[in-house]
Amino acid sequence: MRLLPAAALAVTAASAVAAPAMAADLTVTIEVPRLPVAAYHRPYVAVWIENPADQAAVRTLAVWYEQVKPDNEGQTWLKDLRTWWRKGGRAMRMPADGVSGATRAPGRQTITIPAARLSGVAAGQYNLVVEAAREQGGREVVRVPFRWGAPNTGRVAGTSELGAVSVAVSR
Amino acid sequence: MNRLKTGAALVALIAAFAAPLSAQAHRAWILPSTTSLSGTEGWVGFDAGISNGVFDADHAAMRLDNLRATAPDGSNVPLEHTMQGQWRSTFDVHLTQPGTYRVGSVSQTANATWTLNGTPGRWRGPAADLAANIPSGATDVVSAVNSNRLETFVTLGEPTTTVFQPTGQGIELVPTTHPSELAVGEAATFQLLKDGAPLAGADVTIARGGLKYRDAPEEITAKTGADGKFSVTWPEAGMYWINTVNRPGGAPQREGGEGPRPEGPRPEGPRPEGAPAAGGEGRGPGGPGGGRMAGPPTPSAAYTAVVEVFP
Repeated sequence: MRLLPAAALAVTAASAVAAPAMAADLTVTIEVPRLPVAAYHRPYVAVWIENPADQAAVRTLAVWYEQVKPDNEGQTWLKDLRTWWRKGGRAMRMPADGVSGATRAPGRQTITIPAARLSGVAAGQYNLVVEAAREQGGREVVRVPFRWGAPNTGRVAGTSELGAVSVAVSR
Repeated sequence: MNRLKTGAALVALIAAFAAPLSAQAHRAWILPSTTSLSGTEGWVGFDAGISNGVFDADHAAMRLDNLRATAPDGSNVPLEHTMQGQWRSTFDVHLTQPGTYRVGSVSQTANATWTLNGTPGRWRGPAADLAANIPSGATDVVSAVNSNRLETFVTLGEPTTTVFQPTGQGIELVPTTHPSELAVGEAATFQLLKDGAPLAGADVTIARGGLKYRDAPEEITAKTGADGKFSVTWPEAGMYWINTVNRPGGAPQREGGEGPRPEGPRPEGPRPEGAPAAGGEGRGPGGPGGGRMAGPPTPSAAYTAVVEVFP
């Protein structure tokens, strides 16, 4: 790499300093309820950020699905996350680094998205969307409004396939 | 049943099923088990029938001869596990490439009635065979040619639009909103072309399946604008049947994709159960007694699509 002129170096340094000031981690807590049904299967869950105006997906944060099946058979049911699938899931290649993971057991599940992964997301108002679909069960979508760019929190409770979903933007 | 009558019944059955859209006052449909698939490959099962209530297999099975499945790359995909039952036919399609597949039929059927030596006659079959099947010396010839397109779409992964390239034949659908992008509460816009040009002022019937489980048909009607486009905002999730019939010359439109069916004798012999009811419906203009000479066939065209609207 060629040496950069001093001015460019200064700009680089300035942005390097400015970036952490903007940086904020996004923490999402999702309660997966324990459901008293005969045939319980852990839900497929998708977590993404959407633009509240047109509900367009901005970024998929997490997809929990059955990853260990042979021949990627678990991907067959990704379409059952109907809203996520239509709004961007089908454009993704699974498994996706840092996004997809195994299904999770009932209980409180937390995912933290480092600010670096959301560096392209402009400051502003968004919805965090969590969609859960369960084999031989139901489907539920929960939307939690939050603001990206300043510390704040949001919380919305699901009613069937999801418990409380909360969002925290730190720093 | 004696051998002769069995033969006559068979002829009637073959004639009735010569085209997939045979019992055309009824509603023909190809119903996919799902329209949206994930993963790297998948199977879709299809039912195909001709019925009173859309998707209620209550009238006749559809012949599968003329059905084709077209992959996103334009290649033909075989229909597998085909079966023609009493009320509906079934088959499967194996999706192995990502994108949108088209499954449907394009047919040109014709019918004619005439009087020959004081005896009325009638014929129905492929449009190409029309002229050869009107006896010389026949008078009062009334004939019609019907272009029918019947289709549905299934998508593996991301939707593609290659299967929507218009051919310029009959009525075709051009998606503004992709048929795999339909959701309740959202507006969808489609364009209809007839022989490649926008089909303006067409009445479109949009019917949701499941009428058995509710009282009101809840059908939606739309009209295409000058650009051939119509829009619908989906009130409920479900499988929908979209149909339009175009009959130039001011003859009344009748849904289902039917051509004029002039009055005249039906083929004799007992009608096999499950075969389309031949009489009492779909009587069109014309008929013997007018003393007319043979004119050109009356053209008509019909289009039917089945789409899935997601919650």
